[in-house]
Amino acid sequence: MAEELNSTPKVWQLRNRNQRLLSWFIWLLGTALFVYCWQLVSENTTWFFVWDAPRIAADIGSRMMPPRWSYINELWEPLWDTLNIATIGTMMAIVMAIPIAFLAARNTTPSTKFVRPIALLVIVSSRSINSLIWALLLVSIIGPGVVAGIVAISLRSIGFISKLLYEAIEEIDKKQVEAISATGASGLQTLVFGIVPQILPAFAGISVFRWDINIRESTVLGYVGAGGIGLQLNASLNVLAWPQVTLILILILMAVIFSEWISAKVRHAII
Amino acid sequence: MSIEPTLPNSGVSGLQSVALPETWNPPPFIKNPLLRWGLLLGLVVYLYLSIGSLDVNWNRIYVGLDRGAKFVYGFMNPNFAGRWTDISEGMIESLVMTVTSTAIGIVISIPIAFGAASNLAPLPVYLFCRGIIALSRSFQEIIVAILFVAIFGFGPLAGVLTLSFATIGFLSKLLAEDIESIDKRQAEAVKATGAPWWQWVNFGIQPQIMPRLIGLSLYRLDINFRESAVVGLVGAGGIGATLNTAFDRYEYDTAAAILILIIGIVMLSEYISGYIRARVQ
Repeated sequence: MAEELNSTPKVWQLRNRNQRLLSWFIWLLGTALFVYCWQLVSENTTWFFVWDAPRIAADIGSRMMPPRWSYINELWEPLWDTLNIATIGTMMAIVMAIPIAFLAARNTTPSTKFVRPIALLVIVSSRSINSLIWALLLVSIIGPGVVAGIVAISLRSIGFISKLLYEAIEEIDKKQVEAISATGASGLQTLVFGIVPQILPAFAGISVFRWDINIRESTVLGYVGAGGIGLQLNASLNVLAWPQVTLILILILMAVIFSEWISAKVRHAII
Repeated sequence: MSIEPTLPNSGVSGLQSVALPETWNPPPFIKNPLLRWGLLLGLVVYLYLSIGSLDVNWNRIYVGLDRGAKFVYGFMNPNFAGRWTDISEGMIESLVMTVTSTAIGIVISIPIAFGAASNLAPLPVYLFCRGIIALSRSFQEIIVAILFVAIFGFGPLAGVLTLSFATIGFLSKLLAEDIESIDKRQAEAVKATGAPWWQWVNFGIQPQIMPRLIGLSLYRLDINFRESAVVGLVGAGGIGATLNTAFDRYEYDTAAAILILIIGIVMLSEYISGYIRARVQ
């Protein structure tokens, strides 16, 4: 008893010895990994350019000001294209994502063994690959233009929408579904009157949220030739027309703020 | 004043006249009919205008279908061996950039998150930190990468800085929201013991936000890996450059191999982070 009392530390500590050792070990491992990675990065860096960076940044900054406002007349059409890429792309993604979400949700999938893993694989493949890489692939297959951008955006969005939607489907209230099927409703009627009304608010929220993200992403798709305002950005950067770059960045910023405002409004109205 | 004689069965006929409808329709999602039909009309007009302005080159797409088939074939038979040195070097660089940028991003975003929490920070600090977050969230990684490559030169450092910058906006915003919703009583109890400021943060606040911080960091690690494949397109290091070259040369089997590797690593890391998150929470 006396020994036990002596062995307890006089100062209160959050963790016992083993927990402390484990936490130190994790920290040591993490730090070592970081130092090793940083060395690899550092080896592949031309440090001369980095020391020169403040001067270059100041130089670019001075070239960027003031923005070339007269260039704006050439930007309305690409901006319209950007909006179309995001909106039509989101719509196409929604059409394809809804069936995949129902196939992936545990409570609506026809088969947990075969169909669900395939649906999940589609979702993870779509989500893992950035829309810019989808665009790169599509530009190489169907040629540069707005269509490649629309398809790229929709391919990337399928995974996002399906994932959030199937999680919403799995969280529905079973009693409502049971009540509908107890009236003798067919499978389709149960789906339409029992499940759909429950996920409709989540679905609208997810769609608008993805549309907002897609506006951001479609502003840069043109960089690889998939249409939109990114094309002008790339062209201006290639000829080092920094005042035009500034104007394009300002427009992109406005588009992002606008879409975020709309998306916040809609989600607020739903919830 | 005369009272109209009423037929004895008039009450019954009155009931029959308001007979219940045979079919039932669910209530509409948007209750205001003007808004509902207005939105629908706006959508139709918009679709008409936007699809009308699409400039589709069907010939080019028809020609491209052949290449699309080739890509699908490449996906079935990915070629890992052909350019293995390029692929492995790019992949390792991507992973290295992911780890470095996530670590730097976390270290910088924690103080910014505390500054951006309205229950901790004074107003000027709050506005400053929120400003940084808004700036970081507004621009796509690729735009930031273009600027950083112009400033710091080609190579992984520009990519690391880009991803760190993007991590700050993401992590600080979500962490600040978590700090704002902590249980105040726990923090107050620690303060009541006479703890100085740093102990108050360390024992009153930090334990409450730790599970969320770990979860968000793991999630951001995933995102940074995916994004590291993109910043290479503009010369900021990573697997993106290799992927771009593969597409430019129409080597779809090599490109498919890279994409399969990316998907595999993302799946693996999602599985691991799901396991860690389940243990922490």
